[in-house]
Amino acid sequence: MTLLIGVLLAAGLFFHAVAALGVLRMPDFYTRLHAVGKLETLGLLLTLAAVALWAGPGLTAVKVGFVAAFIFLANPTSTHAIGRAALRIGLRPWRREAP
Amino acid sequence: MTVLFAAVTIAHLVLVLVYVHRLAVGPTVFDRLLGLNAFGTSTTVVLLLIGVVYEREDMFVDIALAYALLSFIGSLAAARYFEREGVPR
Repeated sequence: MTLLIGVLLAAGLFFHAVAALGVLRMPDFYTRLHAVGKLETLGLLLTLAAVALWAGPGLTAVKVGFVAAFIFLANPTSTHAIGRAALRIGLRPWRREAP
Repeated sequence: MTVLFAAVTIAHLVLVLVYVHRLAVGPTVFDRLLGLNAFGTSTTVVLLLIGVVYEREDMFVDIALAYALLSFIGSLAAARYFEREGVPR
């Protein structure tokens, strides 16, 4: 069980680190949104699974499951809302300059 | 084991600094909005990990749930506002 919790924590931290790297390095807004929208959700779900395993069976684990289910629905929704707002305002997606 | 959770918490806090940087220097308003959304999501998980470190996860899980709800509402409202009203130049 301890090994499983450690693996889940490490995987969650890895995906969160990749999301932060994407936010830091990607060239424009849409690519940054792409990096953070999916990777952060996955990293957060893995970390929450580790916390639920650590808490053991009981009300706390059920509440952590509620948090995970809510984030799983809410984070892609807000990502989509921000991206749609940018597209409707008229922010142009990044393109490689013509050679 | 609690030491491992504390180390992971500190690592997540260091990663949150990237979103604070994006929130401060983001070229467009939407970059700042993205940083705010990611900041809120990361804060939820940091709250849960802090609850494990202090061995009070029964209390901190409620705080994390309320914070996730408020962060989601705020991010969605800001996105709808800028979609309707336009971006200040």
